[in-house]
Amino acid sequence: MPEVIYGGQSYECGEQSVLDCLTAQGVHVPSSCRSGLCQTCMMRAVSGTVPENAKAGLKDTLAAQNYFLSCICHPLEDIEVALPDAAMGKFQAQVTAVENLNSDILGIKLKPAQPFEYKAGQFINFFKDQTNARCYSLASVPALEEDLFINVRKVPNGLVSRWIFDNLKAGDIVTISGAAGDCFYVPGKPEQNILLIGTGSGLAPLYGIIRDALRNGHKGKISLYHGSYNIEGFYLVKELHKLAQAHSNFTYAPCVSEGEAPEGYARGMVLDVALNDNSDLSGWRVFLCGNPEMVKSAQQKTFFAGASMRDIFADPF
Amino acid sequence: MSLYTDIGGEAAVNAAVDIFYRKVLKDDRIKHFFDGVDMSKQSAKQKAFLSMAFGGPHNYTGEDMRKGHAHLVAKGLNDSHFDAVMDNLGATLTELNVPGHLIAQAAAIAESTRKDVLGK
Ligand SMILES: Cc1cc2nc3c(=O)[nH]c(=O)nc-3n(C[C@H](O)[C@H](O)[C@H](O)COP(=O)(O)OP(=O)(O)OC[C@H]3O[C@@H](n4cnc5c(N)ncnc54)[C@H](O)[C@@H]3O)c2cc1C
Ligand code: HEM
Ligand code: FES
Repeated sequence: MPEVIYGGQSYECGEQSVLDCLTAQGVHVPSSCRSGLCQTCMMRAVSGTVPENAKAGLKDTLAAQNYFLSCICHPLEDIEVALPDAAMGKFQAQVTAVENLNSDILGIKLKPAQPFEYKAGQFINFFKDQTNARCYSLASVPALEEDLFINVRKVPNGLVSRWIFDNLKAGDIVTISGAAGDCFYVPGKPEQNILLIGTGSGLAPLYGIIRDALRNGHKGKISLYHGSYNIEGFYLVKELHKLAQAHSNFTYAPCVSEGEAPEGYARGMVLDVALNDNSDLSGWRVFLCGNPEMVKSAQQKTFFAGASMRDIFADPF
Repeated sequence: MSLYTDIGGEAAVNAAVDIFYRKVLKDDRIKHFFDGVDMSKQSAKQKAFLSMAFGGPHNYTGEDMRKGHAHLVAKGLNDSHFDAVMDNLGATLTELNVPGHLIAQAAAIAESTRKDVLGK
């Protein structure tokens, strides 16, 4: 009889679903439809194989991380499961480089002490101390570089970001969590066009996703729109232009929302520019990161422009 | 044969979900009810709604519908909003060339939840 392992305890599962098994034992797992539709009961398999039908309807990025619907999961072998937010784990990492990417954004490279699994575009929690942590997205690509790379924007009076700006230096040992989030590239569908829109340090996950897609030989268009008030706000500009020269399917459009736009820059709000260039997004995959207002509005507008809800990935911050 | 298989099962739900939710979000009568909801979760929630309306397998009870919409009733959800959702459902199925008698059956299933959804 298969067992379900949760929080270090084993439970006999029998013919029941994982949801029923855990609920009967007093473990609280949120649920609603109990028939695999609403995705409220989503859990993650830490080890063991989940029957494919328990992943029906999940976004590709979630299925790729072994998420499943506990209400319709009848395991055939022992599985260890966790609730979505738990079990990210903690890791020590050494700061290997700190550099100014522009006056507001710091680029930080980290070398984890242990093997560290992640996908470009996911985020980690970065601990200032025991109780204060903030999320930062991974701009690095595991197959391309050894160190993790994050971009931290200076937030006025921000507890963690200011501490990072004022104190962090190469050689420091810091604590981070495992990677999480579903904003990343899933191989397959190499012909699908990809639209990426970001503001400020929202470029970080996008920079990782783009390079991951190119590395995987993605063939469809990969169109990046990065927005800032003025040209001082852009960064990784040289790197992005270089990528665009090397890959004919990748285009980079920095968009200036206030004042003059010099040669090579588009003038306007980044979302408007992106939608003006791409008015029909039927069949596209879409990534949206950065300013929460922009992201919320973009989720709706790209959906109206034809992108399917399942193909829109967003991290507002 | 059940309505769900006649209408095309899960594939039909998948085809309908984007079309239906675009209509809902563009409908001035009801779009404000969806202001605060998490868009990244809506694909699943809308599929749940459509599977129900298509007579598909689900375990929602009338009580679930009552509880699930109570916060909307508190914000003024009434028959006119319910009618708007019915309009959008019908228009979506028409757009997908679903035969009229099946649309009528789906509408009847959705209609049967009216009292619970509106908390009457
Ligand atoms: C999934 C995800 C990915 C992210 N990725 C990145 C990334 O790649 N790069 C990046 O730079 N950031 C990223 N962020 C944002 C990041 O996690 C932090 O939110 C950000 O750095 C601010 O943290 P802080 O501690 O510096 O500021 P906080 O101290 O949390 O303050 C944030 C803001 O709120 C204001 N504030 C704080 N307390 C109050 C109060 N009581 N009343 C009124 N205002 C208040 C502050 O003045 C400041 O403007 C991400 C966030 C998420 C959720
Ligand atoms: C026609 C009959 C209706 C049915 C059968 C129905 C069904 C459902 C179902 C199955 C869910 C998902 C519940 C879950 O989380 O598991 C849901 C959620 C919801 N419904 Fe309805 N619904 C109906 C009418 C309406 C109407 C008229 C409105 C408002 C105009 C509405 C607004 C919502 C909202 C806002 C949610 C929550 C979405 C979220 O939390 O993300 N529904 N409904
Ligand atoms: S409770 Fe709805 S999918 Fe499991």
